[in-house]
Amino acid sequence: MARAVKTRTRIAYTVAAWVVALIIFFPILYTVITSFKTEQEAIAGFDLIPSLTLESYREVQTQNDYIRPFINSVILAIGSTILALIVAIPAAWAMAFSPTKRTKDILMWMLSTKMMPAVAVLVPIYLIFLRTGLMDTRTGLVIILMLMNLPIVIWMLYTYFREIPGEILEAARMDGANLRDEIVHVLTPMAIPGIASTLLLNVILAWNEAFWTIQLTTTNAAPLSAFIASFSSPQGLFWAKLSAASTMAIAPILIMGWFSQKQLVRGLTFGAVK
Amino acid sequence: MATRQTQSLARLMRAPAIILLLIWMLVPLAMTLYYSFLNYNLLNPAGTSWAGWFNYSYFYTDPAFFDAVRNTLVLVLGVLTITVVLGTAIAMLIDKPIFGQGIVRILIISPFFVMPPVAALIWKNMIMHPSYGVFADLAKFFGQAPIDWFAQYPLTSIIIIVAWQWLPFATLILLTALQSLDGEQMEAAEMDGAGPVSRFIHLTLPHLSRAMTVVILIQTIFLLGIYAEILVTTNGGPGNASTNLTYLIYRAARLNFDIGGAAAGGIIAVILANFVAIFLMRAVGRNLD
Repeated sequence: MARAVKTRTRIAYTVAAWVVALIIFFPILYTVITSFKTEQEAIAGFDLIPSLTLESYREVQTQNDYIRPFINSVILAIGSTILALIVAIPAAWAMAFSPTKRTKDILMWMLSTKMMPAVAVLVPIYLIFLRTGLMDTRTGLVIILMLMNLPIVIWMLYTYFREIPGEILEAARMDGANLRDEIVHVLTPMAIPGIASTLLLNVILAWNEAFWTIQLTTTNAAPLSAFIASFSSPQGLFWAKLSAASTMAIAPILIMGWFSQKQLVRGLTFGAVK
Repeated sequence: MATRQTQSLARLMRAPAIILLLIWMLVPLAMTLYYSFLNYNLLNPAGTSWAGWFNYSYFYTDPAFFDAVRNTLVLVLGVLTITVVLGTAIAMLIDKPIFGQGIVRILIISPFFVMPPVAALIWKNMIMHPSYGVFADLAKFFGQAPIDWFAQYPLTSIIIIVAWQWLPFATLILLTALQSLDGEQMEAAEMDGAGPVSRFIHLTLPHLSRAMTVVILIQTIFLLGIYAEILVTTNGGPGNASTNLTYLIYRAARLNFDIGGAAAGGIIAVILANFVAIFLMRAVGRNLD
């Protein structure tokens, strides 16, 4: 008896949870479905079974040169992340393994730079970009995205590095390991998962950034976020095309995101919630 | 000896990050502060002159500024209310033993990974469009007249879109916190005859308060900077109905070429963000020890 009730409540919860989940996911699902429709079908009204045409995908490429913003997105996201890691790994490493009295203050100060609203420095960054010829270049944007995410990268790495037990280092030293051995054979293997998680989250953040990419690019360096935003200008109702462009823009990051749920909590709360 | 060597090596390793962030923080901010005291318009750079507090006092007399501050607050508070309340409810629901929990989680977290322009355009064109959107279809199905969302309720529409983007974040963090709730304590309370409401108020809510604080503070920082969603849907209109502070400053700088005015707005935005930042830093700092 008790068991039957339990199963029944479980089914009720399951149904409720799935209904909620599908409602939340619906706009994404509908976009993916619409991307396989023809333009006529797309505005013909609610319909979940498309005719499965790839026409919109082809047209987005031939009419809008979709591949260029896509490549820009890849270069900006990966480039800014790798640059940030190059600067952040030594810093986080030093703060985790040779902390001083001021380490906590430095970390808090780094965090505070993340709180500065982007729009507050729009004017100087915009003028600097205009005068130095960085406007609409990937180089300029890589630098901005790198600086923007550097605090999060350092923080995430720091919280991961701090979990590496210090005793392991002592044990290695007792066994006669020198600094090089320590780094190559002991610390690096233990640090790699944390670095990988940080990389993943930062690529997601850089890929989806949509303030600086829109402000500082026009065509040459425009990544997907700026490219898609340009679809807002009235050029008729090309919903299937918009959906195709959107689907390609979010698919890679959606899949990466599914794998990084845990790191997301940690990275975006600066380790405050684990 | 070895320690001193390690110490100086550590300093060397920290230096690039510190120097970069220092430059990134100080140089543009100092420039913004400087520009905020200038009469400087990109259309007439030769007419640049010292303005004193004019740019600030201009904001103070401009009704658009107060509209923008009010819209910013409504936007932030609206999204926070929706995401925290619904996020708590959804987190509690998927924390229950359900079938397919992993997939449910993936579906719910997904909107967070959709870049802002895409999210806004999907909602604008396919969900809220007055003639072809899903909402219009639903309204027609129930025999109602479709709503022209962005014309009639511009700010509400943007709140809905942004809430959809941030609901996953709130849910995921609250769920993470829920999962560390002591199950035995819950059972003990249940045995003692505590009803679900009383258990929620006396056990679950206090346990979630910390995670809720973090959700509210972090979201606030991002919500103060909402930009792309407004750009691709309403352009801040009709009138100033959906213009927030970020958008107002963007308009001053990029559409009116008013460098001085935009810089003054930027300084005001920094002051606003600082209020929030102080609270967040305390919450995070406490956890660092």
